[in-house]
Amino acid sequence: MYGLLGFIILAAFHLVGVWLQHVGNIPLPGNVIGLLLFLFALYMRWVRLEWVEQAAQFLLKHMLLFFIPYVVGIIAFAPLLGEHWFSILAGIGGSTTAVLLATAWSARRWKSQPSIDAEQVPTSSPIEKRGERML
Amino acid sequence: MMFSELLLIITGITATIGAYLLARYVHGRFPWMHPILISAGLLIVIIVTADIPLEAYSAGGEWLSMLLGPATVALGVPIYKHREQIAKQFKPIMISIICGSVIGIVSVMVILWLLTDVQAIILSMLPKSVSSPISIEISKVLNGVPELAAVFSVCTGLFGSVFGITILQKFGFRDDMSIGLAMGTAAHGIGTARCLANSEEQGSFSGLAMGLAGVITSILFVPIYIWLIP
Repeated sequence: MYGLLGFIILAAFHLVGVWLQHVGNIPLPGNVIGLLLFLFALYMRWVRLEWVEQAAQFLLKHMLLFFIPYVVGIIAFAPLLGEHWFSILAGIGGSTTAVLLATAWSARRWKSQPSIDAEQVPTSSPIEKRGERML
Repeated sequence: MMFSELLLIITGITATIGAYLLARYVHGRFPWMHPILISAGLLIVIIVTADIPLEAYSAGGEWLSMLLGPATVALGVPIYKHREQIAKQFKPIMISIICGSVIGIVSVMVILWLLTDVQAIILSMLPKSVSSPISIEISKVLNGVPELAAVFSVCTGLFGSVFGITILQKFGFRDDMSIGLAMGTAAHGIGTARCLANSEEQGSFSGLAMGLAGVITSILFVPIYIWLIP
């Protein structure tokens, strides 16, 4: 029921973000500025979750679709990519793998321990918990 | 608008959605086949074999890409829904995204310094872990090639989206937070789209990481500008 209203709200936040980027010379893309403003509006309850949820779920479910034209556009650069394919592949593959592992490792390293939360759950008995921790 | 132009746009949109639906169907049967590889691969094969100019396809493709704006804003919904969990894990989120963003820039410098001396490739690849609109702006200031920076961003997103989760699982990372943060930091929107297909929680961490990595990477390049300008 709120599908179209939600879409209009999301598109409006995007437009305001793009506009602010141009007017304010902000070194962030308009869509990220729009996302930050939208989050702020949700927190302030200026925008209700139920107004936008349906439209957001649809757009996020099919997000890959909107990237397809960009991926197809790569073929315009085929000659250059072909000539330097090895260094480009090594650069992108190696660096992306490094970022993935560094980010995941530090997230796990600094994550506040879930066992503290588990202790607050009254349903599990101390014996069960000890057993889980030994695993 | 000419009628033929309108027809071209409708054909481009229809072909892309058709390829996407087919890719989703194939992905459902063979989960290892990434939907974006199947759909974009199919369209590229058609465009190259039928000798269609890329501009003719892009006329319609651009209309679909325009929806990326509202879709990025829509990431606010899962982030907002998981706000309590995100607030609880604020420290690991910030540390891991800063760590990943720094590694993203430094590792490109090291790898490409060893392999190539083409300045345009090095300077355009430095901001590759953030989405194209940001990497384009950064590469302009670095005197790189903005179009190439956009292509590298898309290739990075593609690599992360296709191999990211497999790589992370091989190294024993299985929780939504680690995977989501890593995918969003390394492979921006395309990685986030892949995470959303797994779980909303993973997608919300990835979307958050994508946004924060964009902000953090832009800030990290400020000292590099200052160092390059004099």
